[in-house]
Amino acid sequence: MTAVLSGQAVRPGDRVFSGLSLAAGVLVLVVMAAIAVFLVWKAIPSLTTDSANFFTEQQWLPDRDPPVFGIAVLAFGTVLTSLIAMGIAVPIGFGVALFIAFYGNRRVSTALGFTVDLLAAVPSIIFGLWGLYYFMPRIVPFAEWLSTYLGWIPLFRNDLEIYTKSILMAGVVLAIMILPTVSAISREVFLQVPRAQTEAALALGATRWEMIRMSVFPFSRPGMVSAAMLGLGRALGETIAVALLLSAIFEINWAITEPGGNTFAANIALKWGEAADNGRSALIAAGLVLFLITLAVNMIARWIIARHEEYT
Amino acid sequence: MGTLIRHRAFLGSRAVHQGGSLKRLAAAVATISLAGCAPAPPPVSIEVPPGLECASGTIKAAGSTAQANAITDWIVVYQTACPDATIDYQAVGSGAGVEQFVAGQTSFAGTDSAADDEERAAAGERCEGGSAINIPLVGGGIGVVYNLEGVEQLILDPPTVAGIFANEITRWNDPEIVRLNPRGVLPDAAIAQFHRSDASGTTANFTTYLADAASEAWPFEPGKEWIAPGGQGAKGSDQVIASVDVTPNSIGYVDLSYVDVAVNARGALLDTGAGPVAPTPANASAMIAAAEVSGEDGNTELTFDYADPPAGAYPIVLVTYELVCSSGLADSFNPELVASFLRYAASDPGQATLAAGGYAPITGALLQRIRDIITRMSP
Repeated sequence: MTAVLSGQAVRPGDRVFSGLSLAAGVLVLVVMAAIAVFLVWKAIPSLTTDSANFFTEQQWLPDRDPPVFGIAVLAFGTVLTSLIAMGIAVPIGFGVALFIAFYGNRRVSTALGFTVDLLAAVPSIIFGLWGLYYFMPRIVPFAEWLSTYLGWIPLFRNDLEIYTKSILMAGVVLAIMILPTVSAISREVFLQVPRAQTEAALALGATRWEMIRMSVFPFSRPGMVSAAMLGLGRALGETIAVALLLSAIFEINWAITEPGGNTFAANIALKWGEAADNGRSALIAAGLVLFLITLAVNMIARWIIARHEEYT
Repeated sequence: MGTLIRHRAFLGSRAVHQGGSLKRLAAAVATISLAGCAPAPPPVSIEVPPGLECASGTIKAAGSTAQANAITDWIVVYQTACPDATIDYQAVGSGAGVEQFVAGQTSFAGTDSAADDEERAAAGERCEGGSAINIPLVGGGIGVVYNLEGVEQLILDPPTVAGIFANEITRWNDPEIVRLNPRGVLPDAAIAQFHRSDASGTTANFTTYLADAASEAWPFEPGKEWIAPGGQGAKGSDQVIASVDVTPNSIGYVDLSYVDVAVNARGALLDTGAGPVAPTPANASAMIAAAEVSGEDGNTELTFDYADPPAGAYPIVLVTYELVCSSGLADSFNPELVASFLRYAASDPGQATLAAGGYAPITGALLQRIRDIITRMSP
């Protein structure tokens, strides 16, 4: 489009504005590059001292002699809690957004939308404390039910009879935390669907569900992926709530109702205060891995959106 | 909401206690904001001990978080008595505290474990004509807390404590626990064990104790990180006591000052062979008094015979140190104020403030030795 318009007279305002927006774009890249350089620079000293395999070791003892530490448990816990959170929050978030956009009457929708936005503004330490002291004791029966009736699935097995501070609990609280992100963004996307399309579908005799399936979803798919990815980003990086909720145990345990689990961000929060030089460097190395995982997730999301270019 | 209000004491970084007037206020404010209808805080008065010799000026210090509350309590009293003095203690952690002292940024450092020879040599560069020395000034203890309905008094011995925290003893009616508590009725329930999820000096001292006192039952290397299998992690002593308090059939370990703040959790008595001993500041003080003192030229380091504590002493103790110049600290770092402040800290009223805050006062010959060293520090 710009190519067509080029050759026109350029006013000072255009120059200033294009300069400012270019600077804003470059700034983001510079910040990202600076973070990457800092992480790599600070991580290298500890990585050279590690006496174990950084990717497969389950222990985290970087200040011992010789240092033994690895990210296996952290990667496992981070991915699993985030997957549980996504599994719960994404369908519910889309549901909330669809209700607000197409089902609820105006007053209910406004109130609900406002409440969801408010949920996004709750600080994560509040979610952590609320999850720990209010929510967790109350969903123990659900975890017990899972392990009693679905215990034959290794994921839900619980030999300890203790159901608190587990990956499942952290995943559920994370789901509540990312729900507003997912639903607020997908709501905005659904509201952008051209009126003509939805009304055309209804005029052709489609039910409301058919209208959503045929005209809303195809139009909104890239936005829905973005909503889910932003939610995933928050889940992957969530720190203090997870640090409070998980047991921070350095063992890969697939039984998600048993106490256990740890994540990159939580481990940094828990270990930074008392860590010595090598310990801090090791924590930064873990941060670098989280940075790369987040980067990879976002690139995959972009790729998915690009593949469905016909909808954009 | 009910749970939140009942446990408001744990939401702050620390429990309320007599000495910490500011903290009491802060905790009271926290209560009001949570409950909306809490009573107004009681009026607070700070007693200025007679005979406190004031110095003036400003000093900065940094280090251990374990002694931060003790130092803060002392600062409140000292600054009330001496309005011309300002003391700033930053709880940045022991390692960073020693680093800052060596780098010439602070007047003294607080550290969880005595600075080693290498660190002292580096720090000694700052002490013209003197040397950098460790002074033990803040004693404390670690209590084993449990939550068992109907069990008013739980007695444990070191191997049993080790067994529980090593995940070898997993049920409350285990024969080992029943043997120690013949009169109590112990439930046939799994033990929900809580430990620190963050790296901490408390964990280091607790595991050092277990390794010494319960040798075979504790096969893990002591350290700041919890490495034994099983159990659940919680961040900070405040979260551990809060978790034990709300979880039936649970057990955990916390700094002594947290033992009494709980509603349902109680401190377990420890039987080291001479009868059960309660986890109180006085009993921990008895253990610290029996420490073996080593070090020359004023440097004072303590070692404990964990395996054979004196009768009536509560053996799981920890002592934190101040790293200072024995003499020769540059004038710009105000050595007069450092000596005056430490003299107050080592005085009877200073150590009594500790007991009120759940720390264990240092007593007897050891305290006298510390006072002599501080007296020699004065230029």
